[in-house]
Amino acid sequence: MYEKDGEQYFIVDAHIAFWDARPENRNRLGEGFIKCFYDYHRNLGPAEYLWPFEEKFVRYTEEDLMHDMFEVGYVDHAIFQPVYLGDFYKNGFHTPEMVAPIAERHPGLFTVNGTFDPRFGKKDLAHLESLHEQYGIKGVKLYTAEWKGDSRGWKLDSPEAARCLEKCQELGITNIHVHKGPTVWPLDRDAFDVADVDGAATNFPELNFIVEHVGLPRLEDFCWIATQEPNVYAGLAVANAFIHTRPRYFAQIIGELLYWLNEDRILFSSDYAIWQPKWLVEQFVGFQIPEDMQSELGVLTTDVKKKILGLNAAALYDLDVPAELDLVRDDAGSAAVGSEPLSPA
Amino acid sequence: MITVENVLDALAGVRDPEIDEPLTDLGFVDRVSVDGKSVDVHLRLPTFFCAPNFAYLMVADAMKAVQALPEVDDVTVTLDDHFASDEINGATATGGGFDEAFPGESVGELGELRDLFTRKAFTARQSRVCDAQLRAGRTVEELAAARLGALKGDPNLTRCIELRTQLGIDASPDSPAFVLADGSALDAAGLARFVRVARLVRLSLEGNAGLCRSLLATRYGIPDPEEAVR
Repeated sequence: MYEKDGEQYFIVDAHIAFWDARPENRNRLGEGFIKCFYDYHRNLGPAEYLWPFEEKFVRYTEEDLMHDMFEVGYVDHAIFQPVYLGDFYKNGFHTPEMVAPIAERHPGLFTVNGTFDPRFGKKDLAHLESLHEQYGIKGVKLYTAEWKGDSRGWKLDSPEAARCLEKCQELGITNIHVHKGPTVWPLDRDAFDVADVDGAATNFPELNFIVEHVGLPRLEDFCWIATQEPNVYAGLAVANAFIHTRPRYFAQIIGELLYWLNEDRILFSSDYAIWQPKWLVEQFVGFQIPEDMQSELGVLTTDVKKKILGLNAAALYDLDVPAELDLVRDDAGSAAVGSEPLSPA
Repeated sequence: MITVENVLDALAGVRDPEIDEPLTDLGFVDRVSVDGKSVDVHLRLPTFFCAPNFAYLMVADAMKAVQALPEVDDVTVTLDDHFASDEINGATATGGGFDEAFPGESVGELGELRDLFTRKAFTARQSRVCDAQLRAGRTVEELAAARLGALKGDPNLTRCIELRTQLGIDASPDSPAFVLADGSALDAAGLARFVRVARLVRLSLEGNAGLCRSLLATRYGIPDPEEAVR
């Protein structure tokens, strides 16, 4: 919980990791991958939160995690979003198996998400079932651009993916986080392409599709889809971090998301351990759209901030929000201003 | 005699297909050396995992641009510090395509992707021109009726015209000043919508350019340019 100027905020960090990128667990590609993370960390974060690379960034401790999230980071609940990356990291980069013991040691503080890859076929459905059985997963994180053997990725609207999504629906795994964002992955053609989310979201109206990194740098395509599909959400991982070095750019992103989606479909994330929730929460609560941009982009109200920082994710994951931290909601919801169908570019 | 300046001038004509800015402005040209009629160019990118397709296009385009210089016999263009450096350098050195760099790909060449991003670049560029006109007090109705030849004094116009020509869209002075990315006409209502949507395209493109510049600066320890997004 974060408190400022008499207002209290319930904080859900919707995208965190506890990774192992030590030299003994990584190959050349794994080294390139974690170094790429480190450049994001160095470039966009405040200097006082900078970690040394080999000594800490490649592998931090459970104590670091608990401290950064809950002791100083104001976080009430955090969601582990796995990244297996088996071709880069011998034992995986950040898997549910690695973090489940941590979640068990700290009941109520973490959600462990799973994943699937339709290219594994039936084996993957069994894996999904076992993840659900063991960890009670309510969500998955997907990487449609992942290379596997000769394959250069897969599409969320393919029949193979549909089988996995059906299984999710059957098991009550309702939150489908899809990585569509800045390059950290070998990719083909245009792996940022968010078009496949459109078909999947139409075919599975009961599932929620959270597009991580809001499809950056394909924001226009993401907004176009999200405008038409009410079950598509914006995950702010990475985008959130622009608030520090690029506040005007961040203002534009947030302003456009509020215009094309609405305040109920945007989720805060630190993308820990690339960045830390403490400064992100403080800066976000203190943030306002610059005055000269307000006529175009509007302003961020306290209620909007409360929703983005935690209440929206709490609703998706059925988290208990203490009554004093919740908002009195009307059921009407708020329509996006830009929801008139219109194809960008 | 070929000079480093000649080579840099040639490379200034090569753009990142996604960001629509010259490689030389983006800092992607690490170094150039000239030995008689041989030219050696080293390129670098903001991250180890920058999209190999775009990386390939830039290396291939750089190769072509330098080869086109008079008196040049022998050109090598090397992409450094990239996960697919070997594949890309190997394929472009032998004049091979993206398929040769990544055998087993079924996607074929990258013309379609390049076309898509040229159209996005055109949308973003036109959005800058249009917003500047609106800020100067002209109305959407006036701009929807305006002719290309009547617009003056905006540095983005030159690039707009270049991109129109490249895309096969009429760029004569009598053609409409503002059109959709596929060349089709816009009435006032259409232009009003275009203004709103094109801003998103521009935001993606400019944000991406800014991020690329500063990640490159971080990666190679060069000064970080200031935030450029308006």
